[in-house]
Parts: sequence; C-alpha cells; structure tokens
Amino acid sequence: MLAAGFTKSSVGKKLLMAATGLMLFGFVVGHLLGNLQIFLGAKVLNEYAVHLLELGPLLWLMRGGLLTALILHIGLAVNLALENRKARPTGYSFRASVQTTYAARTMMVSGVIILAYVVYHLLHFTFRVTNPEISSLHDAAGHHDVYAMVVLSFKDPVISGVYILAQLLLASHLSHGFGSMFQSLGWICEGNEYCMKKVSLAIGALIGLGYISIPAAVLLNMLTVPGGAG
Amino acid sequence: MNLTLHVWRQKSADLGGEMVRYDAKDISPDMSFLEMLDVVNEGLDQKGEEPIAFDHDCREGICGMCSLTINGIPHGPDRGTTVCQLHMRRFKDGDSIHIEPWRAKAFPVIKDLIVDRTAFDNIIRAGGYISASTGGVPDANAILIPKKNADDAMDAAACIGCGACVAACPNASAMLFVAAKVSHLALLPQGAVEAGTRVKKMISKMDEEGFGACTNHFECEAACPKEISVKFIGKMNREFLKASVKK
Repeated sequence: MLAAGFTKSSVGKKLLMAATGLMLFGFVVGHLLGNLQIFLGAKVLNEYAVHLLELGPLLWLMRGGLLTALILHIGLAVNLALENRKARPTGYSFRASVQTTYAARTMMVSGVIILAYVVYHLLHFTFRVTNPEISSLHDAAGHHDVYAMVVLSFKDPVISGVYILAQLLLASHLSHGFGSMFQSLGWICEGNEYCMKKVSLAIGALIGLGYISIPAAVLLNMLTVPGGAG
Repeated sequence: MNLTLHVWRQKSADLGGEMVRYDAKDISPDMSFLEMLDVVNEGLDQKGEEPIAFDHDCREGICGMCSLTINGIPHGPDRGTTVCQLHMRRFKDGDSIHIEPWRAKAFPVIKDLIVDRTAFDNIIRAGGYISASTGGVPDANAILIPKKNADDAMDAAACIGCGACVAACPNASAMLFVAAKVSHLALLPQGAVEAGTRVKKMISKMDEEGFGACTNHFECEAACPKEISVKFIGKMNREFLKASVKK
C-alpha cells in the first residue's frame, strides 16, 4: 500500500499524474490502432465496432477506468499548476529560458483544448448528437456503419480541420508528456537521460500523424463510401 | 566598456522594491561580474548613495553564495558557471543588463539582490544524520562500491546549494537540489540505510517550505553551476515511490 501523505506530496502527485497519463496514453494508442482499421475497409471497421460493444461489462470497466484517470489527471494538473504559481509570487521583469520547449510551456493550454475537443468528439461519434443524419446509417450486414459515419464526417473540411488541429495539440502534449511520464515515475533510461526527449518527440509525432492520416485520406479521396453518398 | 544596468533595489524584506537604472562606466572586460558591481558600488558610495547589496563569498565558484539572475538566467549566460566566475568579456560594450534576485516564495528577498535561503538548510536538516558510524577515513576499498555509484554520488555531491535551480525553474521548484542531496547519500552504502525515510522527510519539508513541483522543463539543469543532471530527479522520484510503497 502507499504510505500516508503520498497524495499530499508534490512528488506523489507527480507520480499520479504520470500513472494516469500512462493510462490515457494507453487509450490513445489503442484507439489509434482501432481507428486505423478504417484503411482495411468498411467491413473490418464495422465488425471491430461490433466486437468492441460485445465486450459488455469489460468495455464499461475500461470506460470507467479511463474516466477516473482523466478526472484525476485534470484535477491534479489544476492543483499542481495553482501550487506552482504560488511558489513564485513575484516574477522576473526580464524573462528568459535555456532549454525548455514550447510544448512543455503550453501543457495546460494544449490539455484544456484537448479536453474540449474530447467532449465534442464524444458528442459527434459516440453519442451521435452533432451529425445525426450521417451517424446512424447501417451497412449491408445490418451493423452500425461506422465507416460511412467517419468518412462522411471528414468530407466536411470544418470537421476535418478541427480534428487535425486537436491532433496537433495532442502530438504537442504527448511530445512533452510521454518523456515526463518516465521522468516522474523514475523510469529514465540510465546513461542516456536525453534519449527520452527524442523518443518523446517521436512518439508525439507518430501518434499525431497516425490520427491525422484518417481525415487526410478522406479529404484526398483515398477513403470513399461505396455507392458514393459522399 | 560601458553598460546600462537595471538592478532590483529593495530596502528590506517587508518593503516593496523596483528596478533602478545605473550606468556602469569604464568597465574592463577582464573583470568578473561581481568586480563590475564592486566598481558600480564604489561610484554609488562616493555619491553618498546606498550601494547595491548582493551575496558573495569565495569568488572562486565553489561556495554557492553568489546568487544573481542576469537577463533572466540565474548565474548569467555561461553554463556551469557561478556569477563570480562570469566575466565581463561575455558582454558587449553598450549592453543592457538586468540583474534580479532569485525569485521564489521560499527565498524571500532580504535586501536588494540578497535572498534568504534558510529553506535549503531546513531541507538538509529534515534529511537527518546517517546512523552508520563512519569513524576515521576508511581504507580504500574496505567497502566495495561500484564505480558507477561512486561517480554518480560524486556528481550529485557537487551541489553547492546556491539555489539557481529554484531560481531557474518556472515553478520555483527545488527538486534538483533535493534530488542531488537525496541521491548522493542513497547511492553509497553508508547512506543507503536511511534512504527511504530520508527521501520522504526531505520531500515533505520541501513542500512545506513552499517550493513548486517539477514539470520537466529542465531549466534547473541548464542553470546549475555544477551541471547536475536531471537524471537525479528521476532517481529521487524512484526512491520516493520505493519508500512509499514499502509500508
């Protein structure tokens, strides 16, 4: 068990930030792998969606776990940011930095925008509130046509644009967050502390590009709906 | 060379302060930064004005006393250098230089550029003693220590406790200082005995003193005159987790 006072300690909170970040990162990777199946065609993606729903209680367990991780991650971030601000009541009149990055300095901004996007994203694809006319189609097998929903949505340059922007911010958030996770958990690669900075940057870029590839393929007409409603 | 200085002037801890402009004339590029301030102070003294108060002691780069933020960077633009070892040849004739004290809630300004770093002493005190009786100088290799541990412990022990890490950190965090102190003892067999209780006590004291938390900007490492690596922060986090999970 964790010792008393762990969650009150700044280092303890950082460790929890990292642990919850790791869970959310796991989701981001899993979700990307699931989404990329769109390139395997409508049948594969739609059946994957059915399998996912068939997980039943396990799916709700994962959703519950992720929601808890998300709430903890955000709550701790706000708490730490407020404490950090209190730690320097008078700032410097001449501000400068040596080796911090833009991504590191804008973690709160990228985080808040990603959160807002996640809410919209859920309303769009999960609760199907924002575009009901294209979100509840069915394929030949009678399954929910996820493929058509995604492709028809991304035909709209505004939806694609917002999605791409959100993924760029996610890439930025992860480019700092991934390495920070390992530093906070003390899992740094011994002897090459700086490799993690590069790995982190690569992971951020890879995840961002992976997600962006989907709307990009739709806009470039590489993914189309057979029968051509779009 | 002639320079324009913008210096933080504050009469005492409880009075507010402001940036005041001074001209530094006929400065030799061979002077150290502190010698340049000495010349400016001589001028102020002759005019009957209060000289600029700043901390300094050894002027050899080993005591950790000097503590000036120069153009936003603690200890100035050179890496691995204390202010006393920074020379005026690093600047150009006609440069504007902003000189401010370390800025942190845990380091209140006492006067002008002098801050109270008692918070660091309190953290060291919280760490306590090591119970192993070390006696006199032990025979070489009487206790076998892996070369890597010896090197890492030595690197961490290079910390002179100047507080530049706190001053550089966007969150005024003392993690690099505490990590260095935690690591250099935890890496050696004599200090490893109390490693768990030490890391918890020191981190709890660090929080109590009002330092911020780490957000991995690594500005501390860039400012550290002893170039202590942020890998020690990772090590401290690991030590803390180990100590917290045990009970």
